[in-house]
Amino acid sequence: MTSDPTATEFSLPTQWLIAVRNRRDREAFGHLFDYFAPRLTAMMLRSGMSRAIADDVVQDVLLTAWTKAAQFDPARAQASTWIYRIARNRQIDILRRERRPVPDALDTGEEHTEQDAHQALALDQESAQLRAALAALSPDQRDVIEKAYLGDLTHTEIRQRTGLPLGTIKSRIRLGLERLRHELKEIR
Amino acid sequence: MNRNATHHIPDEIIEAYASGLLPHAFSVVVAAHVSLCDKCRATAEACEAVGGVALDHIDGEAPAQDLRARTLSMLDDLPDADQTHARLPRNLPITAPQPARRGIFPGAVAAELGDDGPRWKSLGAGIRQQILTSGPDGTVRLLYIPAGKAVPDHGHGGLEMTLVLQGSFSDHTGHFAKGDVQVVEDDLEHTPIADDGPACICLAATDAPLRFNAMIPRLLQRVFRI
Repeated sequence: MTSDPTATEFSLPTQWLIAVRNRRDREAFGHLFDYFAPRLTAMMLRSGMSRAIADDVVQDVLLTAWTKAAQFDPARAQASTWIYRIARNRQIDILRRERRPVPDALDTGEEHTEQDAHQALALDQESAQLRAALAALSPDQRDVIEKAYLGDLTHTEIRQRTGLPLGTIKSRIRLGLERLRHELKEIR
Repeated sequence: MNRNATHHIPDEIIEAYASGLLPHAFSVVVAAHVSLCDKCRATAEACEAVGGVALDHIDGEAPAQDLRARTLSMLDDLPDADQTHARLPRNLPITAPQPARRGIFPGAVAAELGDDGPRWKSLGAGIRQQILTSGPDGTVRLLYIPAGKAVPDHGHGGLEMTLVLQGSFSDHTGHFAKGDVQVVEDDLEHTPIADDGPACICLAATDAPLRFNAMIPRLLQRVFRI
């Protein structure tokens, strides 16, 4: 998808990441920084990191995005998803003081096809629906999702914060995800 | 490579992995299985899309004022290729990338094994194991079971996940070949037997060991760590 005529239909962060991937575009990287750095900072602070370490991690994540941009495939992930994965990996490495086990990368290198472009666009649209679905959740449910994905790294910590018994929390996470999964089916 | 397993990891465990909530021992099994199974990879990536959307939604917090300038000024010094971890200037710990897959071992397992190994320890009857990591949240080990032998009972109630890396085993719940995962919750009575052919090599994660066991088995378990 090196010259993709439909690229302007992607969400802005995905467009910026494609520009970084294809042209090492520094202006686009600046946009990525401006969009993600505050979000990533908030994510790191939620897990109890100090500001100084959060800054280091945010920088690390965005520089990793710059160097690994060649691996970004908009047919499989939006920019937010791809950067979320990098960030969560680093966050867990640091908080648990051991390397998070990650799946082997798929062999890339096969040519991007026309079908990939359609797949990428479809994924982008599904993600917009997912965003709407998340916005439509009750504040309680959204809170549980955000805590699970962006904050604490254990159920136990969630229990301590909300005072709810563990079983209830697990079922609430599952309930929230159940509703999201409906949207996710299309992505799968 | 054929990545069509027939026994998968339940969605909620993949969700727990994708969101970062799953303890390390089980995360090793999930990462290894996803390396061998496109279906579960798709599930994991779909879950990460939830994480991405949540990241879009979050109220931002201002990073340090000079972070933008510092970060952009570092772009010149960075490699383009895949050696990020080796050359990023870092104050942070854990900078080495996860190793590549080695033989039958996906990278997530190779990382636990280190440069050499496995270093098998005999459990008798030709059965061997190596404990990879063991902590309060769980234990993950490699098991080596010759054809016709029973997989030792390594669960103690709670959650038990066993991924086949070589050979296969069977019990009354089914037949498990390379890439398949058997997930057992609580105390399912089962006796997996390694099938004919090459020895069966499994990666098995269990909850914190020994918690509810009687005294004598506990002493024996301490000896064998099984």
